[in-house]
Amino acid sequence: MTIKRRVAVIGAGITLFRRRLKETGKELSYHASKMALDSAEMNLSEIESVVMGTAPDAFDGIHMKSENLLDGAGGTGRPYMRPFVGGGTGVFAPIAGWWHVASGLYDTCLVVAEEKMSPVQPHPQTAFRTIWDPIITRPLQPNLVWIFALEMNRYMTKHNIPKEHIAEVAVKNKSNALDHPSAQLAAKITVEDVMNSETMVWPVQRLDISPPSDGAAALVLASEEVAKKYTDSPVWIDGVGWSLDSSYWTNRDLYYPQYVEEAAKMAYKMAKIDDPPNQVSFAEPYDPFTYKELHHMEGLLLAKKGEAPKLTHEGVTQRDGKLPICPSGGLLGVGNPIAAAGLMKCCEAFWQLRNEAGKRQVDGAETGVCQAWGDLMQVGTVTVFRR
Amino acid sequence: MMTMSEKMKEVPGIYLRDAELKAKDAITFKWRPNAKYVWAGGIAYSRYLEELKNGRIIGRHCSECERILVPPRMFCDKCFRATDEWVYVKDTGTINTYSVSYLDADANRIKEPILVAVIELDGASEGIGILHYVDPKVDPKDLHVGMRLKAVWKPEKERTGSVTDIAYFEPIKEG
Repeated sequence: MTIKRRVAVIGAGITLFRRRLKETGKELSYHASKMALDSAEMNLSEIESVVMGTAPDAFDGIHMKSENLLDGAGGTGRPYMRPFVGGGTGVFAPIAGWWHVASGLYDTCLVVAEEKMSPVQPHPQTAFRTIWDPIITRPLQPNLVWIFALEMNRYMTKHNIPKEHIAEVAVKNKSNALDHPSAQLAAKITVEDVMNSETMVWPVQRLDISPPSDGAAALVLASEEVAKKYTDSPVWIDGVGWSLDSSYWTNRDLYYPQYVEEAAKMAYKMAKIDDPPNQVSFAEPYDPFTYKELHHMEGLLLAKKGEAPKLTHEGVTQRDGKLPICPSGGLLGVGNPIAAAGLMKCCEAFWQLRNEAGKRQVDGAETGVCQAWGDLMQVGTVTVFRR
Repeated sequence: MMTMSEKMKEVPGIYLRDAELKAKDAITFKWRPNAKYVWAGGIAYSRYLEELKNGRIIGRHCSECERILVPPRMFCDKCFRATDEWVYVKDTGTINTYSVSYLDADANRIKEPILVAVIELDGASEGIGILHYVDPKVDPKDLHVGMRLKAVWKPEKERTGSVTDIAYFEPIKEG
């Protein structure tokens, strides 16, 4: 594989994340895009291509919603596309933006991610009812939380993990989110709070789950030559990877996300990382549920199988630990507007590596890894950022 | 250039609370979709569902990777070739993982939990499981990975050619 050009991130933007925002999807896309352009000190006229990441149409209730969002994302009259891999979309959108620029096709690309989960009534879960195979699964009337609970139980059982150790992820991420200006569910909570919270689908309890949210985020990507005209501190996308497993999730062992490992290995190879736990300064694995952060740390080869809970319990993953995980506050703390949540993680990597993360700043951040996950527990998307 | 942390003391976006959304003067628009779908059963699933109506579970065998796939598929995704033959598997199996749901399909709270499991069927390849219910009379505390189960079929007259022709799986009594 020959990669033609190195690609830099030179700007980032984000909106508030809340259960419901008054703005339309277009308006949210505009706010995030404008902030990203402003931070890059760029005008839209300097943007040559636009990538829009947004998750299932059924939430917004607007079929082919990327076309609806186009003007808000600065896409009018430009090459514009929507890559889509379910919950993995937020980290896949910058991967698509990366190949727009790395290929030499464009010098700049604005990557935008938007989600409004609030329109669907009475709850976004109703829209999730349509993702199941209609013939073999839908007649059982599953709820999406069921299958994550099945995955979580398999993971806990396989490694004999106490629920209390998994609960520590919620405590850490909600606390980290206290320092994030977009955060929806920042809080000081205890392991006991998690353990005593309502059981939704055992072993998933209320405080193990990220909320449905509205929000948007954006990044400005540029070729090396162009990036250097705008900034002395570009952040490089040095590795990208993605992989999918089949939708027959009952036909594989849910204790380990092999597809995340495949995606990570692709990204690490490109970034010349051969010892991830010692070469990665911080990571933003996808954490829509507490156990998912741990599951994904293992898939990202940042922890041995079954050992991520131990690292968490020992404080290794705290913001001031040896390997900070979700310094942003993650989906559990900042919120989960699906595609925008994934891109929020990439925004965090940008701010961390520019030393612009304020109270959230990780000391000595050199290399950050972002990852998202989704569909029927079958996709992993990974991006490696460097200063 | 301003740093993110200085710039972002306030981020754009206006929180719209439930009460404001539901207020009489709130500007909102409502629409209820009325789409209806009819899915063709497909080659593999049609046979699977017909067999369920007869009280049997059928899979497909791939002679290259030697896997017996349930639910059946006409092609093997690993070998990317046509699967070779129909194979009956048993209606008994082992819990691979389970959960206890206090949420219905629309995320409404329910008092009596729904017990669900991935069940590896006897006769299918290792790790090949199906999603189904466990007998609601079982105490959730008694569920465990490795538990042996057997299908409880609906009476023949009530079967429609659906995965729900199996009402649920119940524990096989030890000894």
